[in-house]
Amino acid sequence: MSDSMLFLIVLTPFIGAGLIVVTGNRPNLRETVSVATGLLLLAEVASLVPDVLAGETPGLLLAIPVPGVPLALQVEPLGLLFALIASSLWIVTTIYAIGYMRGHHEIHQTRFYAFFAIAIGATMGIALAQNLFTLFLFYELLTISTYPLVTHAGTPEARRGGRVYLGILMGTSIGFLLLAVIWTWQLTGTTGFKAGGILAGQTSPLVIGILYGLFAFGIGKAALMPFHRWLPAAMVAPTPVSALLHAVAVVKAGVFAILKVTVYIFGIDLVGGSTASTALLWVAVLTIIGASLVALYQDNLKRRLAYSTISQLSYVVLGAVLANAASISGAAVHIATHAVGKITLFFCAGAILVATHKTRVSELDGLGRQMPLTMGAFLIASLSIAGLPPTGGLWGKWYLALGALDAGYGILVGVLMLSTLLNIAYLLPIPLRAFFGQSPKTAVQFSEAPLPCLVAIGITTAACVTLFFFPGPVYQLAGMLIP
Amino acid sequence: MISAQLPALQVVVPLLAAPLCLVLHRPFAAWLLTFVVSGISLLVSVALLGQILEQGVIDYTFGGWAAPFGIAYHIDFANAYVLLIVTAISTVVSIFARRSVASEIEAHSQGLFYTAWLLCLTGLLGITITGDAFNLFVFLEISSLSSYVLIAMGNDRKALTAAYQYLIMGTIGATFILIGIGLLYMLTGTLNMLDMAQRLIAVADSRTARTGFAFLTVGLGLKIALFPLHLWLPNAYAYAPSAVSAFLAATATKVAVYVLLRFMFSVFGIDFALGAMPLSTMLVVLGSVAVLSASTVAIFQHNLKRMLAYSSIAQIGYLVLGVSLATPAGLTATLLHLFNHALMKGALFLALGCIAWRLGSVRLGDLGGLGYRMPWTMGVFVIGGLSLIGLPLTAGFISKWYLVLAAVERGWWPVVLVIIAGSLLAVIYVWRVIETAYLGKTKEAVSGTEAPLSMLVPAWLLAIANLYFGMHTELSAGIASQAAMVLFGGQP
Repeated sequence: MSDSMLFLIVLTPFIGAGLIVVTGNRPNLRETVSVATGLLLLAEVASLVPDVLAGETPGLLLAIPVPGVPLALQVEPLGLLFALIASSLWIVTTIYAIGYMRGHHEIHQTRFYAFFAIAIGATMGIALAQNLFTLFLFYELLTISTYPLVTHAGTPEARRGGRVYLGILMGTSIGFLLLAVIWTWQLTGTTGFKAGGILAGQTSPLVIGILYGLFAFGIGKAALMPFHRWLPAAMVAPTPVSALLHAVAVVKAGVFAILKVTVYIFGIDLVGGSTASTALLWVAVLTIIGASLVALYQDNLKRRLAYSTISQLSYVVLGAVLANAASISGAAVHIATHAVGKITLFFCAGAILVATHKTRVSELDGLGRQMPLTMGAFLIASLSIAGLPPTGGLWGKWYLALGALDAGYGILVGVLMLSTLLNIAYLLPIPLRAFFGQSPKTAVQFSEAPLPCLVAIGITTAACVTLFFFPGPVYQLAGMLIP
Repeated sequence: MISAQLPALQVVVPLLAAPLCLVLHRPFAAWLLTFVVSGISLLVSVALLGQILEQGVIDYTFGGWAAPFGIAYHIDFANAYVLLIVTAISTVVSIFARRSVASEIEAHSQGLFYTAWLLCLTGLLGITITGDAFNLFVFLEISSLSSYVLIAMGNDRKALTAAYQYLIMGTIGATFILIGIGLLYMLTGTLNMLDMAQRLIAVADSRTARTGFAFLTVGLGLKIALFPLHLWLPNAYAYAPSAVSAFLAATATKVAVYVLLRFMFSVFGIDFALGAMPLSTMLVVLGSVAVLSASTVAIFQHNLKRMLAYSSIAQIGYLVLGVSLATPAGLTATLLHLFNHALMKGALFLALGCIAWRLGSVRLGDLGGLGYRMPWTMGVFVIGGLSLIGLPLTAGFISKWYLVLAAVERGWWPVVLVIIAGSLLAVIYVWRVIETAYLGKTKEAVSGTEAPLSMLVPAWLLAIANLYFGMHTELSAGIASQAAMVLFGGQP
């Protein structure tokens, strides 16, 4: 039963995309289809939870394109966590998008919703991939299906953004990731994800190091410096795309893949303490600090959030390369908490754009009186990104710090603290200026974003706070990764 | 029993149909005959493949003259596989040809056009099926001469120059091949390729054998369009009628590659071809340069048929790289790519044919906004393009997988890098078309929407084949690996 459910989960968004195209002429019906598909998908993903909590890993073989390289799905705790996050936030984003796309009078809305659904289908495929080949397939599908979303506006700027987006993501994935996948297959005769890894004892430490580097940089969606430029470039997309795909689905697919490769291909014993992982550790640290510093100087709100995302993604990479139980759980928890926090921030940025047509941080003085709900949510989500109570963002950082201490890197705790300070420095001034700054206009009246946008913002903000008080379910899944 | 005569029918049917076609003369009748004959040839090649799967190698002697004196056809997995590619492509493209040719060639020459098509098909099939070296040369000339005619019929006057260029280069190539075969005949006293192979063993270490091998390789290099002998190809593909570009790009160079493989592996033997002669080194260098330089040049082309032509030269580089690895895995990759590349280039050229039919131009600048006006046509182009790049779920990915794997197995990392760099360059030249078609500005002057169904259906057939063979490789990779084993001298 749950075996065939896996196939349904991947298939549902694609069927949804088809229905969206069919109902394209009737916007209300089309959006109903979108939301209904989202609800169905979430129900399907949720139905896997009992099995996974019971320690089972249902799997399904779809096809064997090349002998020994099957196209197969299998659910394990990390994949389930990622699928849950993506599918539940898709519903919220769709609600938000209804308000945003109509409020902002966007063109080609049917195309938008259809490719959005396909992108989610690809994300589900990544989450449930049983082997590297399947992962690579859906990874590329995600790149292709988000390209029309990034270039949605069709302007020369969107074209340029699309080129950088596609160039970096496809360049790294074909240049490094595909090579790493084929090399792994050549060494081990399998590409399957297996508890404890498949590479142990198969080859020399040098090759392991090169392979790990190929994977880490080849999964360009994780935005490790210097392959991070695609993410700011993708900000030309409509805000719902930036919110769900470029704060959650696409970028998390990247760090998820790195985590998965670390745990199930290399095995934490092989990664922990190796030369390659030490080198990558410092690349991640550099990305965390570097991207935060760049974020400080970004006046465009969405670009500032994008650099913040780049920095936060490397937390997960850090957790992966530290490779101990606490750091891996911390990384998994961080995937969840950063998702709800960053999606809220993007929702707010979009709400501001729809209500006031403002995109720059420097234009937001006094906006808190006009949009108190939005700016209030922005404040809470900022705290979550910085990892401060009372928000869920705390827990990811907490376990990462524990993991760093376990691995004997006390200095990393300092890095995390410095990063927190930088987060505060580039995020908190925004709501503060909005509430306490002087508005250039004399008479300010209450005029918020459209209601669907506010509903979506409310849900994700509540999730930020809820995760602080009840991190249990997330932590339970994350803790199952390393027995 | 007709099944015993299938090898003869494979060649005789299109050969006899050609003069009939000339007599029929009327465009529709000539087209119908071409289509039906292509279809019959396809059925014959499928039946032949079935026979080989059942009972192994087929030897057929003409007129009861036993080999090595008479002309013998020798069919194993390697050439049955190529026969299948040629006939399948001819069938699909001939469906497409009716409307496309009607718009590009004047009615009174269409009978001649289809005659040349059938002769070209005859030649390609004959080259592939025969086991006799001189017979091979004769069919090579038939296919070459008819393809000069086909190219010259392009509606741009430059087609004449292109055909002339090809004529000169092709004739030089054919002459080299003839000299090579002549030297081998002198040395061994036989023209039957199997017989020749056995007699060569004793005399392989002679200057005559080496010279013959060199002449053959260079001559075939010209027909294959192996860098730097590729100069005839871009113009020929760019100015030929759309259907001819698709047909030749998917078949002609493939058959020439097959002949090279046949001589290298079956006649001279791998030890001589890749051991005693420095061919492996030459092929790896030329193949790498072909992949990198032709892909780079493709990026700067404005005429999209020319762009695909340069891409073809790059793809030939991949084929050659697979051979240069000198392992069964590498040869499997080459044979597999032979098949897959026929599918992707066929689909892409047919998509361009649809565009040419509608716009009368295949220049990149005229394509703005075409993704919305011709969504089905551009759909084919996108699928074919993704296959060319080698994304998973497409046939191109399977090729790339086998090729990279073979190179990794051999430990030839520079070759791995070349293959990957070639894919990345393909991303650029494919994507500039997709970007223009979907994000470019629509020109006001052009009107109209999709191409007719009789052109879209064959284009989509090939596009779907690209997806199908990206998922199901029992046929393509299965036969390719068996063919590779045959060529390597093992039993399938």
